[in-house]
Amino acid sequence: MKVLIPGIAGQLGRLVAERVLAAGHRVIGIDRRPWVGAPDGVSLHEVDIRKRAAEDVFRREKPDAVVHMATVTHLRDKSDDRYRINLGGTRAVFDHCHKYGVKHVIFVGRHTYYGAAPDSPLYHTEDEPPMAATQFPELADLVAADLYAGSALWRFPKLTTTVLRFCYTLGPSRHGTLASYLRGPRVPGVLGFDPLFQFMHENDVARAISLTLEKRIRGVFNVAGPPPLPLSVIIRETGRTAVPLPEFVFRLALGRFGFPPLPEGAIAHIKYPIVIDGRRFVEATSFAPLFSEDETMAAYLKSAPLPAK
Amino acid sequence: MLKTADDVNARIERLEIPFNRHGYDPYGISKKDISRFFTLLSIAYKRYFTVETFGASHVPPRGRAMLIGNHSGGVALDAAMVVGSMFLELDPPRLAQGMAEKFLSIIPFASQWLARCGQFSGLPEHAIRLLEDERLLMVFPEGARGTAKLYPERHSLVDFGTGFMRLALQTKSPIIPFAFLGGGDAIPTIMNAYALGKLFGVPYFPITPYLLPIPRPAKLAIHYGEPMVFEGTGAEDDETIASYVEKVKSRIAELIEIGSQRRGERVRTLTAGGSSR
Repeated sequence: MKVLIPGIAGQLGRLVAERVLAAGHRVIGIDRRPWVGAPDGVSLHEVDIRKRAAEDVFRREKPDAVVHMATVTHLRDKSDDRYRINLGGTRAVFDHCHKYGVKHVIFVGRHTYYGAAPDSPLYHTEDEPPMAATQFPELADLVAADLYAGSALWRFPKLTTTVLRFCYTLGPSRHGTLASYLRGPRVPGVLGFDPLFQFMHENDVARAISLTLEKRIRGVFNVAGPPPLPLSVIIRETGRTAVPLPEFVFRLALGRFGFPPLPEGAIAHIKYPIVIDGRRFVEATSFAPLFSEDETMAAYLKSAPLPAK
Repeated sequence: MLKTADDVNARIERLEIPFNRHGYDPYGISKKDISRFFTLLSIAYKRYFTVETFGASHVPPRGRAMLIGNHSGGVALDAAMVVGSMFLELDPPRLAQGMAEKFLSIIPFASQWLARCGQFSGLPEHAIRLLEDERLLMVFPEGARGTAKLYPERHSLVDFGTGFMRLALQTKSPIIPFAFLGGGDAIPTIMNAYALGKLFGVPYFPITPYLLPIPRPAKLAIHYGEPMVFEGTGAEDDETIASYVEKVKSRIAELIEIGSQRRGERVRTLTAGGSSR
């Protein structure tokens, strides 16, 4: 099988590429960023997914499957550019898939789609609407991209579309929202709140994507890892110190004193849980994470030790 | 920190809750927090209020079930004592999980502590999930209108919500009706200050003859009735559901009646015999 991965140069893209390659498939990558030291057998195209050159890759290579990972998920880049990449890029990927006879496309989305709010239930199921967009405008483009990808299910019935909503990723690459939040030695929290956080090892994320390719499942699926843990436990088990601050102090402290900068909307994500129900994906693929929550936290701590005091 | 009682910890070990290595279940229920909670609660239950529980054997020893009862007392005293009775009177003990008022979930500490003790906000999604997970759910269908009952209304029942019945039918869960008595004596509400409540972000603030809603050491009683099983899917029309709800409501009214008669007798025995139990 010939697999095209837009967004291949990201940390997760690389892991997926290596795994798909190891499974005996051909891997083609598209990314604006270079991937120095990419394994042999991966043919890289350093182009923007929204540009004509990217369409040319689809036309010439005629991939069987596409794993769309070319979304900007970090919150540092607030520019219109990010919005255009996430929506314009997703549109381009699906249009090209349809036009050039791709059989299967996977959209790699995130569980933050559901939003964190005091009235949101634990264990979201796939049929729930996204509540993130209003409270957290920075996530609106990702929510829209997720819904847009889902619309391919009825717009392009011949194209098998899978929308995956992953919980937080943690692991040795130290990439991802949760990993960045845990970066410093002191991790702030909102006093009086200690939400459950759901996370899985990055290798398990790559495995789940590769499994989705093999099983060619159709529809929207939450992908959850091991059972969730309170944020305070995650902070402690990764060797950090939790610093619970009253909410108004928390708001003032963000981005200062070595605390991570976070947009306003993210505060709800530190107060309220986003926990997803991954049973539908497990039933469709028999997926089971290889790394337990403890092994995942230990792997993160090992790769991100704290400076000696 | 509060020292937890050994007998409480021994009981917690026998709960069906699947705690992980860190002492949390998949819903975030914390072994440490329920241990502290039940240590305090057993003191309140046994020493401060002296709660008498009747018919606890009607509660299935395991598997899904819904405890449905009346509100009694201006704050969640009734809920706490029902949770206490399921933990202290059943063998093996069970953790009754209530459906908390939604406004609580925005309050720091309160929301966290309630969640750690298995009391989640009252969303149908939570109820269905817990029942399908074979947990014991506790619901007060009178809702906040029920806790707002004044002292003279303490033995009355206000309108029941019907959501619990649809959930019971949908999840095929037996309903265990119960009557709670004495909450009105513990917290004799003479009026509810709604404006003051608004100031604190709660629905109302109960005012007692001594102002604050601090419970007095009243005698409390909980009467559990036989399980009631209704056949259906949960998609029935409102009239059918309302008729089922009415059956549960009248059964609870009977249990309240039985309970208040017994309390009447008990008061007389007390005066005549001078024994405290």
